[in-house]
Amino acid sequence: MRITQGTFSYLPDLTDEEIAAQISYALGRGWPCSVEFTDDPHPRNSYWEMWGLPMFDLKDPAGVLYEINECRKAYPNHYIRLNAYDAGYGRQTTALSFIVQRPPSEPGFRIDRQETSDRRVRVSLHAYATDRPEGDRYGS
Amino acid sequence: MTERMGFGMRSGVNGSAEAEAPADPPLPADARIDLARERADSQVDEVLDALDTELVGLVPVKTRIREIAALLLVDRARARFGIDSGRPNLHMCFTGSPGTGKTTVAVRLAELLHRLGYIRKGHLVSVTRDDLVGQYVGHTAPKTKEVLKRAMGGVLFIDEAYYLYRAENERDYGQEAIEILLQVMENQRDDLVVVLAGYKDRMDSFFSSNPGMSSRIAHHIDFPDYTGEELEAIGRLMLAREGYALAPETEPVFHDYLERRRARPRFANARSVRNAIERARLRHANRLIAEGGRVGRAELTILQPDDFLASRVFTEKAAPPG
Repeated sequence: MRITQGTFSYLPDLTDEEIAAQISYALGRGWPCSVEFTDDPHPRNSYWEMWGLPMFDLKDPAGVLYEINECRKAYPNHYIRLNAYDAGYGRQTTALSFIVQRPPSEPGFRIDRQETSDRRVRVSLHAYATDRPEGDRYGS
Repeated sequence: MTERMGFGMRSGVNGSAEAEAPADPPLPADARIDLARERADSQVDEVLDALDTELVGLVPVKTRIREIAALLLVDRARARFGIDSGRPNLHMCFTGSPGTGKTTVAVRLAELLHRLGYIRKGHLVSVTRDDLVGQYVGHTAPKTKEVLKRAMGGVLFIDEAYYLYRAENERDYGQEAIEILLQVMENQRDDLVVVLAGYKDRMDSFFSSNPGMSSRIAHHIDFPDYTGEELEAIGRLMLAREGYALAPETEPVFHDYLERRRARPRFANARSVRNAIERARLRHANRLIAEGGRVGRAELTILQPDDFLASRVFTEKAAPPG
């Protein structure tokens, strides 16, 4: 099951040229970019690991694309996303965030129902990927 | 049924047609290309003319830059015939005495390469050892990479590049910065142009201890020292730009001043001329205030001989050579 988080997630995966075009748009608006990765696909997992610090003062998408490729090399089976921050509001505001790499196969989620007091049912979302320990959840 | 597209959807037909439009088919083998028009289209002449009029002397440098511009234009024409000639290596090394215009030429070069489409943005990132080399283990690589990323799409100008390598300390982190630099210069030639700058003799010893660096740099350009006449022309250009002029009787004094200044140690070519003019401006302003009274445009713009004669250069004896 393809997870759909961030911008463009209902589109086919972007090619590197399309990613570069999005980065130049972000840089053109003065938004610094940063790269993050994770192997926990849960939708409420909003804090992904940072791949280095956000990149400031860049003029050209090549620098960001270089970091994306370095991250892809180090984590070929993780989700990787690109964030662009708009500092114009005086606080950290994500202006654009989209997935630039996903694992080859995404096993998806199941719903767990837990019966609690008074016949109430709590529902939780369980990602099959998280059955395996962090670091070797996808392939490898 | 009319075809409607949802928000954010791309129509397959239109999308692919647009994507393929920019890739022109190669020209037939018997086609002719007007190089003069190509040249005019790229607006490269503006930059080259500005180089000629605003920079005095430096004939070998200008020649080399014209050659590079010609090569890139011809390569563009060749590409239209579908001849793939590979991307020329444009990493450069500028050597020359202080104040011979290395940084100024680098700025112009970035602009030129941008107009010729060799680099995407045309900005110049000027750095020295401090910006590349870290202070502790593991600090250098991210620091160097950050600078390289900032320079991508433009020109990375490394001033006094020989400081990167310190022969006396083999554990110096400079070596690490050099290695990363070499790697990026080799693998990401499409993304940036590296220009190393420094004094001739020290750059030579830097290259002899880093042969890998020397062989990856295609253009070694030497900036000659300016002659007396060229320095005068530079001085006049600077004065004109700042809205000053020399009184007729000041001309010989200015000439004499530059001659004496050149003979002194630590003479830094155009930079010394700039400093001399700055000091003359100070004396000029001080003189006007001391004299008091009413002044007109002429008094405010014309430098008198006294403004230069008060200099130390005239009072001291010729310094011992050194």
